[in-house]
Amino acid sequence: MKQTETKDHAGLAEDFIKDEERVNWHDGALWYIREKRDIASKQIPEWEALREAASQIKNNVISNLHDYLLQFEANLTKNGVKVHWANNADEHNAIVYSILKAKGITEMVKSKSMLTEECHLNEYLEERGIGVINSDLGEYIQQLDNEPPSHIVLPCIHKRKEEIGELFHEHLGTEKGLSDPTLLTRVARKHLRNVFLTRRGALTGVNFAVAETGEYVVCTNEGNADMGAHLSEVQIASMGLEKIIPQKKHLSVFLRLLARSATGQPITIYSSHYKKPREGQEMHLILVDAGRTRQLGRTDFRNSLKCIKCGGCMNTCPVYRKSGGLSYHNTISGPIGAILAPNLDMKKHADLPYASTLCGSCSNVCPVKINIHEQLYKWRQVIVKEGYAANTKALGMKAMAWTLASPEKFSTAGKAGRWFLHNIPFVVNNKFNPWYKQREMPEGPKESFAEWYAKNEK
Amino acid sequence: MFVTGYIMTVGLFIPCYVNQFYPDAAKATLQLLQKLGVEVVYPAKQTCCGQPMANSGFAHLTSDCDALFIQNFAEFDYIVAPSASCVLHVKDHLHSAENEGKAEGIRGKIYELVEFLTDVLKIEKLDAVFPHKVGIHHSCHGLRGLYLSQMTELNAAPFSKPQQLLNMVSGLEQVSLDRPDECCGFGGTFCVAEEAVSVKMGKDRVTDHSKNGAEYITSSDLSCLMHLEGILHRNKSKVKVVHIAEILNATV
Repeated sequence: MKQTETKDHAGLAEDFIKDEERVNWHDGALWYIREKRDIASKQIPEWEALREAASQIKNNVISNLHDYLLQFEANLTKNGVKVHWANNADEHNAIVYSILKAKGITEMVKSKSMLTEECHLNEYLEERGIGVINSDLGEYIQQLDNEPPSHIVLPCIHKRKEEIGELFHEHLGTEKGLSDPTLLTRVARKHLRNVFLTRRGALTGVNFAVAETGEYVVCTNEGNADMGAHLSEVQIASMGLEKIIPQKKHLSVFLRLLARSATGQPITIYSSHYKKPREGQEMHLILVDAGRTRQLGRTDFRNSLKCIKCGGCMNTCPVYRKSGGLSYHNTISGPIGAILAPNLDMKKHADLPYASTLCGSCSNVCPVKINIHEQLYKWRQVIVKEGYAANTKALGMKAMAWTLASPEKFSTAGKAGRWFLHNIPFVVNNKFNPWYKQREMPEGPKESFAEWYAKNEK
Repeated sequence: MFVTGYIMTVGLFIPCYVNQFYPDAAKATLQLLQKLGVEVVYPAKQTCCGQPMANSGFAHLTSDCDALFIQNFAEFDYIVAPSASCVLHVKDHLHSAENEGKAEGIRGKIYELVEFLTDVLKIEKLDAVFPHKVGIHHSCHGLRGLYLSQMTELNAAPFSKPQQLLNMVSGLEQVSLDRPDECCGFGGTFCVAEEAVSVKMGKDRVTDHSKNGAEYITSSDLSCLMHLEGILHRNKSKVKVVHIAEILNATV
């Protein structure tokens, strides 16, 4: 992948913001989706009750995960689906490889699955001689550009149509300068159609796995999961442990929330239920832990596992909109990524909980009511206690300046004034002061309120 | 105004940076409360609520700040501050190993100025005059922490306490914004740690106000206003910032 990880979020965001026109357009596109989500959610009087129901169903799931997983496994087996368990990314990738190898399959089509991105499955298989084509249009574009998705629902939202035209010219032989989205989509469709017809193996993600019936549901707008799965000899589904819901009836809650929260649509165009293999077809399902049970053990953070990956928190997050998904240097970006990532690698992702103003908009749009901004605050405490604050370069000295504000230094108003002038990061008027780079200092008044009060009110 | 006939005593909490940089907002808060018949005391030994440390991940270092806060404010009927953010921090995070009862008491009786006026004093009219076009900047901590207004993300009945008060001010015209409750990007240490994002967020908020005709941007949080003012001044904009206490206390 192209992306290097030498910079932290603040540094990568600064690079992204240099092209202000792109930021304005990126911000506007995502805000437009947030507005569509607002309109859709306000057309349903019971919206807030639906969120509460979803939250409670998911609370039940993460509190009884063991039982639901065993029930799901038993029903999958009864339906003729082969079940695999993977502790981590490597085990997951090895299972996929062994399934394909046993059938002599050297090319696979894959619909959108953030889990397989997280596991770096494509690279793993390609190193072993198996070609993978991502069939979701946005992911297909990202794959052509050798770049990870920047958004979980809109993988190439950071790219202009002209840039996509350029990629298609280079990789698919379209006319130079062609940037009409409809024409470009037609070209991609033609290429993908051929992929669907020729690939014997297909992998999909899982949006919801129903413990009661052993079926799983995949939601797409393009029908690409279906195209791959229906024409395959071997169908594989990869899912994180947390994707379980207890009963089929609960889908009525989640399917209403998912697309409205994601894009403002009433429902995804395709909500496909997969239950049994066709005659002559093999179906496999891989249940992947990859850090999820560790997160389950963290009292303050376990309910992050309720996430249904709608991307709503990204669309509403002003930091995300201005900094772009790739600045989070993690498969899952945005506010939800910032509370999931430290669990995977606290040192590497120590900067992410700080990539937020704690404005709280994310928690308000979350369809399963994850207290995202409170968890960001709590991760900061954990990161400091575990000694990783030094990894957040951006925090470093500046935060320490604040921290040194011991009460003794404030003991009199006069001292406080002097302390402020020497220690508050944005008071020092020089080019090394990040406040002053693009902002004037507050104008210092002649006297503080405390001084005025002592003279006038006592 | 006071049904009990009892004159309450309010402890005035003036956050550290307001004390140093925005004494006029603090004076306006004091004078406004006095005008409304409240006895106000400003404890001279107050410092900081500890939020800058806590939000940076150093909450474990705030116990001295907390103890001092309790010492300064435990005895008042109410504690009022012209800063939603600091009030929210105290409400959510003030604790004490020795005096948890007092800490709990403070958490329950500390109010941001706007909500104190609408919810405790329940004022229905003001003698204020401010003949200008004003855009409200809802600070996130005031909005989503203290619920000073309804949040646009929710499917719930609208209300706005700052708007309710500004409606009582003669001559004031409120401007509507394209994004009525988007964060300005101050975010405490975020404003320097994530300088580029912070400034871009602030610039976009300022543009929303200016293109919709605001002469003033007001808020119940000076931290947001300090950030927006820094951007306005750098860009030599004519738009000014003013704390809501100064508007509510303005006469001519």
